[in-house]
Amino acid sequence: MKILVCISNVPDTTTKISFTNNNTAFNGAGVQFVINPFDEWYALVRALELKEAQGGSVTIIHVGAADSEPTIRKGLAIGADDAVRIDAEPNDAFAVAEQIAAYAKDKGFDLILAGKETISYNGSMVGAMLAELMNLPFVSMATKLDVANNVATIEHDIDGGTEVAECALPLVIAANKGMAEARIPNMRGIMAARTKPLLQVPAISTDKLTSISLFELSKGRTDCKFIDASTPEKLIELLHTEAKAI
Amino acid sequence: MSVLIYTEVSKGKVKKSSLEAVNYGSRIAAQLNTTATAVIVGDVDLSDLGKAGAKKVLKLKNDKLARLDSQYLSSAIEQAANAEGATVIIFAHDFTGKEVAPRLATKLKAGIVAGAVDNPVISGDSFTVKKNVFSGKAVATYSLHSAKKIISLLPNSFPVELKDGSAEAVDFAVNLDGINSPLKVKEVKKDTSELNLTDAELVVSAGRGMKGPENWGMIEDLAKSLGAATACSRPVADMDWRPHHEHVGQTGIAIRPDLYIAIGISGAIQHLAGVNGSKTIVVINSDKEAPFFKSADYGIIGDAFEIVPKLTEAVKKFKANQ
Repeated sequence: MKILVCISNVPDTTTKISFTNNNTAFNGAGVQFVINPFDEWYALVRALELKEAQGGSVTIIHVGAADSEPTIRKGLAIGADDAVRIDAEPNDAFAVAEQIAAYAKDKGFDLILAGKETISYNGSMVGAMLAELMNLPFVSMATKLDVANNVATIEHDIDGGTEVAECALPLVIAANKGMAEARIPNMRGIMAARTKPLLQVPAISTDKLTSISLFELSKGRTDCKFIDASTPEKLIELLHTEAKAI
Repeated sequence: MSVLIYTEVSKGKVKKSSLEAVNYGSRIAAQLNTTATAVIVGDVDLSDLGKAGAKKVLKLKNDKLARLDSQYLSSAIEQAANAEGATVIIFAHDFTGKEVAPRLATKLKAGIVAGAVDNPVISGDSFTVKKNVFSGKAVATYSLHSAKKIISLLPNSFPVELKDGSAEAVDFAVNLDGINSPLKVKEVKKDTSELNLTDAELVVSAGRGMKGPENWGMIEDLAKSLGAATACSRPVADMDWRPHHEHVGQTGIAIRPDLYIAIGISGAIQHLAGVNGSKTIVVINSDKEAPFFKSADYGIIGDAFEIVPKLTEAVKKFKANQ
């Protein structure tokens, strides 16, 4: 089975974020970048488990500049066989999907996995767009994935419950929590990652349908108003009269 | 030209997030001097769509739409959009919206903003919409450069407004002959809770501070007294104290109710990422250093086992006097 896993390079969850260029660009200076957790913990690790059980290969693909290579090497250290970096700025979901589709369309991948969304731009779009560009079925929010006899069985969250679906390969799946447990790369993996193939692919020309014109930090909450533990009924009163929440 | 809104049925009626989307789409239609048309799969009472601002409802008809498969549904909505000459298409940013809206955007070469939190600003050729980024730590203003535009609206961004109004409902036959999705449903497991967590206006959530699943009775009592849905933190779901679908946070579901009451949850940044859009946050924790208090509007420092039952009594008293 040939599996392709799409990975994004995102600021670590605990990053204190800031912006530059009159608040039109993310300030990456001094920021720790990681593989997007949904791409890594769930999509990549499940892909590796399937490969280990059934044979085949796991390729990771990333759209981004050369400075994202440490993140790609981490994916190789966890166990991917090889990696592809398409040399383009990932600043529009459709453009990213077009880049990946252009590379993947004639490579015969049986399964294409991505995280359900990035923790940076929270778009949840590239997987579905990739499926459309490659004319493949798509399942989002997948929490379980198994493959037998070229048929994938996917459990995923739907409105008000979960659905178990079956689909003949190939297809695109966006992974949610539950599909696998995070793996920490060991020393052997880290050493091996240095010499695994990392192919650089030039970007194709794509459409840029959206752009970000301004960033603003979310307004934090003003001071928390404390209510004495002996008079919790005071909270209900405040929620009604002041917050108007009830 | 028109504004098209994809709407959906859940538990026998039009979903609340769909009505929010129709309100949103009809406001955009008014700005563009056109009208809003809703599309829907399913036969239910559609009068709320008219009250929410739709002038017309297209009932999408094709047997293949029995499962809302993204390949079929995106093609069906594309056909409706073309028939209506829609230039702006609205979805709710929910499970279907996430699967289908990006596919449709790809078909139409439409710029898309997924998870919008405010009305678009339209001025001449400029069309901008705000959405949350970095898991709620910031808001980005997106410019859409394409002729056709798609917005999926984050649920609970606006209250539903229903006014006098009615929509003409017509059947719209969809041609899906060329598409054969290999996706088949094997099983659907419905969660049995009465309130859908993402739709809930009030949420009572609890964490490890509750010490064990046997202590959730008082959480459920408080939720019941308020008419709130119940939720939990990640460790609680991971330890199987509560079902996975109740887990809110970065890796669970993101919610933005009017009121979020967090009991015995310390407030790790990953948890905040899923709830920081809530309008009012109450934190109850015995640890006065719990980081959640920094992100709360109201706090009570103390033992949840004593406070929560007293709160439930106070809510009951309050409700009785209403």
